Amino acid sequence: MDRLEQEIKDTSKGMTTIVKTIVRFVMGIIVIFGAYVVLYGHVTPGGGFAGGVILASAYILLTLAFGKEMGLRKMSNRWASLLDNSGALAFVIVGLLGFGGGYFFYNFLGRGEPFHLFSAGSILLSNIAIGVKVTASVFAIFMTLSIFGRIIYKAAEGEEPESEE
Amino acid sequence: MQTYYPLFTAIPLAAAFLNLLLSKISMKVSDYIAFLVTGILAVMSVKMLFEAPFIYAVGNWRPPFGILLVSDGLSSLMLVVINVIGLLAVIFSFKYMATYTAKPKYFSLFMLMIAGMNGVVITGDMFNLYVFLEIASIASYALVGFGTGKKELEASFKYLILGGVASTAVLFGIAFLYSMTGTLNMPDLAQQLEVIGMTKTVGFVVALFIMGFGLKASAVPFHAWLPDAHPSAPAPISAMLSGVLIKALGIYTIMRIMFNIVGKNELISAIIMFLGALSMVIGGLLAIGQKDFKRMLAYSSISQMGYVLIAIGLALKPGAELVVATLALIGGLFHLVNHAVFKSLLFLASGAVEYRTGTRDLEKLGGLIKKMPVTGAATAIGSLSIAGIPPFNGFWSKLIIILALFRGGYWIYGTVGVVVGFITLIYFVMLQKEVLFGKLPESLSKVKEAPFTMVLPLVILAALCLAMGIGYMAIEGQLLDSAASALLDKMAYMNYLIGG
Repeated sequence: MDRLEQEIKDTSKGMTTIVKTIVRFVMGIIVIFGAYVVLYGHVTPGGGFAGGVILASAYILLTLAFGKEMGLRKMSNRWASLLDNSGALAFVIVGLLGFGGGYFFYNFLGRGEPFHLFSAGSILLSNIAIGVKVTASVFAIFMTLSIFGRIIYKAAEGEEPESEE
Repeated sequence: MQTYYPLFTAIPLAAAFLNLLLSKISMKVSDYIAFLVTGILAVMSVKMLFEAPFIYAVGNWRPPFGILLVSDGLSSLMLVVINVIGLLAVIFSFKYMATYTAKPKYFSLFMLMIAGMNGVVITGDMFNLYVFLEIASIASYALVGFGTGKKELEASFKYLILGGVASTAVLFGIAFLYSMTGTLNMPDLAQQLEVIGMTKTVGFVVALFIMGFGLKASAVPFHAWLPDAHPSAPAPISAMLSGVLIKALGIYTIMRIMFNIVGKNELISAIIMFLGALSMVIGGLLAIGQKDFKRMLAYSSISQMGYVLIAIGLALKPGAELVVATLALIGGLFHLVNHAVFKSLLFLASGAVEYRTGTRDLEKLGGLIKKMPVTGAATAIGSLSIAGIPPFNGFWSKLIIILALFRGGYWIYGTVGVVVGFITLIYFVMLQKEVLFGKLPESLSKVKEAPFTMVLPLVILAALCLAMGIGYMAIEGQLLDSAASALLDKMAYMNYLIGG
């Protein structure tokens, strides 16, 4: 029995076994769909922001089903902050690279064949950068909002609130 | 400089995120990054003063379709105000912010705010303006609540809600404009509105904009957030909010939209002048009774912004002679710059006093000129300037505005201007008496002068107050004239669309 199955059977944390099993199945699909929306943002509806929110919702679903330890194990506060900042930085860098062609946000890549993955020049890069940033920051916002809930919950049970980062 | 115009937003934006990444390795690095970035921006903005007007097409997209950046006299003037005051606030923050935790986060938010304000000022695209407005506003909501005490969070929440309502009104107005004209490019909008004329929809849009940007500028019926938000923020942020943010997000946007896009109009002129007079009187009267150092300064900001608004309103009047309109605009812009200088000086001084004494309560302070001579002298110069005592800069700008009002035939508003000048003098004399002179309380007998990095910005700003008062002719000829004519010449702005 591997660790994940133990987690699923363990009813002390998170929701019931049924929910956990279903989350296990749909997680992969959600992540693939999110990645698709990010990567094909320039040829289909969607884009970096929409795809990023879908990716973040996968992490949030995981946290809701399995409890916050699981969520933080998959993406810790530190990683969320790192990805968040590097995504934003990457987006500005895509803009700055345009100065190579003489203008801010100048399209420095070839246009490619229309309606294919590698088309529309630097928009794909921008979408990926935004996708990373939005995934990390929406998840971080979710975890931050839950801090106060955790403190209040502990205070109600008469425990000393642990100091959160 | 023309090639690198977008760097005014790109540098602080990149630095804000880079700072958070690097500060995971070393906390100290954020001080250097913040200083370096604001220093570079300040130098760039001063260089911008010597540039002829130009436009910049982002990504080399043709203007009505791509995002357009516009540089003219007004935006150069605002860039200097934002970035120079920003640099001084950063220098002040080194020591002051050591009393707070999470300094890197503070500097990141600070640079995001600078990026937003620079963006608002350089852009020539309506939606772009909204986005940068939100970047600057959201960073400032977080900065107001940076102390995370009960009062700070309450003020921040109030500011967030009211600011959110204002942003919604602005977005609503932009949506109306877009549905009417099918363009977001500001010169293009100006051209299309010239054809459409002053229909009811345009009138509604103007009302939404006056409400939205008026709230950011804290004109009186929309001022409720300011007296809470500005005192609650850390002192350098109060200086940035009162000194720069309300001007870049409120006054600048009102000027740009009303003059260059909507055009002169009798009704708009009357409304803005009335709001200005109301702000002057109510802000001034409310400031008198305040017992909190920073709260008094916050109310005074409302009152002083009234002077700028009334000048803008006068210049917007279609029937006004060109001389009167130019005079009013020069006075208004000069007062805007002056207010940025002396109000940030006073807020930084209040921070220095609070840093050493631990209180902002005017009743607990007193006699500090003996203990903190440099800070005290700077505070005295700042309050004399804002009260309009010659030869300091505040005297000239108020004089020009009041003269323009009398020449335009607005006797009542002119008299109100003079009376509010007296009211300003009253509460700043009170402030000086309570803080600088009078009896030194027993508890403050061991107070020392503030540290060097806090005194330096104060001295620079105080010197600026005096220099701009004495050398006001030079400033008028160089800076204010080009900014005022940029506003008054709507044709020139419309021609930016074809690369003018």
